[in-house]
Amino acid sequence: MSGRVSLKPWRQIVIAGGLGPALWPSGAEAHLVTTGLGPVYDGLLHFALTPEDLVPALALALLAGLRGAAHGRRALFVLPAAWLLGGLLGLAAHGGMSPALTSISFVLLGGLVAADARLPLYATTMLAALLGLFNGYLNGTAMAQPGLGTLGLLGIVAAVFTLVALAASFVAPLRAAWARVVVRVAGSWIAAIGLLLLGWAFRPGA
Amino acid sequence: MNYTGPRAAAEMWVLVVLAFLAWVPAAHAHILQREAASFLTGLGHPISGLDHVLAMIAVGLWGAQLGAPALWLLPVAFPMVMALGGMVGLLGMPLPGVEAGIAASMILLGLAVTSELRPPLATAVVLVGIFGVFHGHSHGTELPPGQSALLYSTGFVIATGCLHAVGIGVGLIHRWPWGQRPLRAAGAVIAVAGVFFMWRAIV
Repeated sequence: MSGRVSLKPWRQIVIAGGLGPALWPSGAEAHLVTTGLGPVYDGLLHFALTPEDLVPALALALLAGLRGAAHGRRALFVLPAAWLLGGLLGLAAHGGMSPALTSISFVLLGGLVAADARLPLYATTMLAALLGLFNGYLNGTAMAQPGLGTLGLLGIVAAVFTLVALAASFVAPLRAAWARVVVRVAGSWIAAIGLLLLGWAFRPGA
Repeated sequence: MNYTGPRAAAEMWVLVVLAFLAWVPAAHAHILQREAASFLTGLGHPISGLDHVLAMIAVGLWGAQLGAPALWLLPVAFPMVMALGGMVGLLGMPLPGVEAGIAASMILLGLAVTSELRPPLATAVVLVGIFGVFHGHSHGTELPPGQSALLYSTGFVIATGCLHAVGIGVGLIHRWPWGQRPLRAAGAVIAVAGVFFMWRAIV
């Protein structure tokens, strides 16, 4: 096999000169307050960097994906819509619910994924609505103070939509037994994390 | 084979791009060092004690030996039961003889692997579940204060699951005739180690 590449040398130099600096970044000082990327991106990254929001949404997407395309589609639209509604309520209400309740969503949704529970469509809808309302409300109350407001909430909702779309569409076509078991193991891990969180939340002196 | 043309050039540049991407420095965005430490502490906790490591691997070895559905059921059930034990520990509910229970789990799981014990599925799950409670309770009472509970727990559960995966991966040598004897020998080693830890727990 010959290693010859028929690209003209000057093109190689131009491409290397362009790509090199672009792909050799220094440390990304990317805190959003300083970069000014705006509240929408703050919301997007808040969701991506907050396991309390990310993990239950992922669990719901896995659950819907295990049950098939119809459940996935339902979760895809109900969860972000409920998240937005809950967030708007939270923005208006300024506080109220205990974040410790998040651990219950870990246990419930993770346990259902682990059990590969054969839920009817309305149950998936209800779970998506409840999770969206609850976590959205918590986000809304938390975002009211720094003034991220509705734009930040829209960023979160966009991230929720993207996550559910990716995860549910990845899981829904899985047919091999081992592949579905891998998803169930992920659910059992989520439930296990939730159980430990419950212990942390209600331990003596907490 | 002549390797020339625009496609070859494109492939070369893809390699160059990948090399650059693999060489990026750390992004110092959202520096939450305590949270990173919590995750790493949780990740390291299950592998910090040889008794836990061997018992978790033994669960995987036995699951692989038993085959489906135990192969899949044990890794699904164990983390939840173990976390239940951890929750009990965090809530301050005492469980007598935790260390002896952990050592007993090593002995019995090691013997099960050595003897290729094949109990009914429900018996195997219940047995492993009981051991999981002991391990979880021990971890639960050892969780360090001042750490992010969620990230610590996440690292802790992931490390436990990975230990199971290691056990299952190694245990799959059971499929080949040459692999059955080493697997049984590994079970014997775990059982002997369990006797040692039992001696330490009692004396």
